[in-house]
Amino acid sequence: MKPFTYQRADDVASAVAAAAATPGAAYLGGGTNLVDLMRQNVERPAALVDVSRLPARIGIGTDGRLWMGAAATNTDVAADPVVRRDFPIIAEAIVNGASGQIRNTATVGGNLLQRTRCLYFYDTGARCNKREPGSGCDAVDGHNRMHAVLGASPECVATNPSDLGVALAALDARVHLAGPAGGRTVELLDLHRLPGDTPHVETVLAPGELITAVSVPPPPAAARSAYRKVRERASYAFALVSVAALLEVRDGVVASARLALGGVAAKPWRAAVAEAVLTGAPATRATFDRAAAAALADARPLAHNGFKIPLAQRVIVSTLEELS
Amino acid sequence: MIVINGTPHDTEITDPRRSLLDHLREDVGLHGPKKGCDQGGCGACTVLVDGRRVLACLTLAAQAEGRSVTTVEGVGRDGGLDPLQEAFIEHDGFQCGYCTPGQVCSAIGMADEVARGVPSRVSPEIGAASFDLSPDEIRERMSGNLCRCGAYNGIVAAIEETYLDGPR
Ligand SMILES: Cc1cc2nc3c(=O)[nH]c(=O)nc-3n(C[C@H](O)[C@H](O)[C@H](O)COP(=O)(O)OP(=O)(O)OC[C@H]3O[C@@H](n4cnc5c(N)ncnc54)[C@H](O)[C@@H]3O)c2cc1C
Ligand code: SF4
Ligand code: FES
Ligand code: FES
Repeated sequence: MKPFTYQRADDVASAVAAAAATPGAAYLGGGTNLVDLMRQNVERPAALVDVSRLPARIGIGTDGRLWMGAAATNTDVAADPVVRRDFPIIAEAIVNGASGQIRNTATVGGNLLQRTRCLYFYDTGARCNKREPGSGCDAVDGHNRMHAVLGASPECVATNPSDLGVALAALDARVHLAGPAGGRTVELLDLHRLPGDTPHVETVLAPGELITAVSVPPPPAAARSAYRKVRERASYAFALVSVAALLEVRDGVVASARLALGGVAAKPWRAAVAEAVLTGAPATRATFDRAAAAALADARPLAHNGFKIPLAQRVIVSTLEELS
Repeated sequence: MIVINGTPHDTEITDPRRSLLDHLREDVGLHGPKKGCDQGGCGACTVLVDGRRVLACLTLAAQAEGRSVTTVEGVGRDGGLDPLQEAFIEHDGFQCGYCTPGQVCSAIGMADEVARGVPSRVSPEIGAASFDLSPDEIRERMSGNLCRCGAYNGIVAAIEETYLDGPR
């Protein structure tokens, strides 16, 4: 691990100021991803600004939205009574990820910004455009069973590993930022960028920008929701494919639908085309099949991950059937 | 200052790279927390920080400043073992014992989570007011602790018996 300085921030303003004043600084949430990557010499920040003790409040704001401080732990979000009652898909997604110990430390901000689990990204002996821009991508022709089928580029086929992000993508969440140039808000769906020819640029965050909170509008009152994740063992493993779905059925017809996919792309993937197929159509297996086909219509398999396409389609159909 | 097993420790953390795990083992001399993988994959390093189970290998020692840390050396009561440790012996909850300190700390933190209403992936109702500690729940909630000897049946039996009537 490369040497670094460590300081703890007591409030948002001092965190942003500290990061701006220190070249090569990174924010430290729980550290469950960053410390690991630093130990592998994949991340080499010169300074850490610990933001894990910044505001962590979870609750409904005067605007009716659910607000979660970026430093709230994944466990505290999943256990929150309001989250579990009115936003159950958030709690479900969280408890489908990592382990009890990791969820106790992992923060909301850190979870959204965790890096890919592509093994070549972790292996400093391998070629990886994300780690070393311009060096190549050993995954494209290598072991790419875990990799992306949607939105990938010849330069990078990595996936985003967050479960929480997939639920938040289905819920139209917003991410609130503070930075040297002030505060701003971005839609969660716009937070991550597709790789294109710059896979090392993963988000729209400007240098030194801090996530301060995530807010979520209430889902349609009559919608039922579910988070379904398929992985290679029952627990404590990243998604091969996951599905976050909200479905509102009235008189046998789909009144509204939201569908997001995990494990398939470099960002939580909102399947808007599939939602359009569903909305206004009869809530039947035939409709769900068409929606699932539409969701994966643009998918492009690599040598070892072709199974993800029918797998994602089946999980979409079974989740929608369960909710209808 | 970090309170470790009830005693304040002022041992200086001179290198910010020091993990909490290395700090406990090398600087403080507590060898209960084990280093299995050093990358968050096995749970052998599990300790309690302010009563919550965490992985000491992915925590920087500096992050624990001002916190209260409990390792397996500190879970016993009145000089004896915790009832959970007795149950591990009773049910053969280990073979080589390498994972055991992490299993014990993890199970104590897990029982507290159940008492606080933290749901799990297998909870029948994510919004339920309380959760029963069925063997399925125990297996899911303890999935962050691997046991290479495969003593899982004994581990689950020990936890189930200990927390039959809720956490102690
Ligand atoms: C064995 C293992 C299994 C796992 N399984 C899963 C799984 O199944 N599903 C899943 O979703 N996750 C899984 N995880 C990943 C885990 O959820 C993440 O490591 C965790 O959510 C990261 O949160 P953190 O607070 O620890 O982030 P850190 O490690 O502290 O930070 C991660 C990144 O976010 C940045 N950052 C942190 N906070 C902020 C902020 N407020 N503003 C701006 N930048 C910030 C950091 O600079 C860093 O780049 C697993 C991890 C491990 C080790
Ligand atoms: S897929 Fe992306 S992260 Fe993986 S080796 Fe290729 S460039 Fe690196
Ligand atoms: S040593 Fe910490 S999880 Fe394996
Ligand atoms: S008892 Fe040997 S690893 Fe669990």
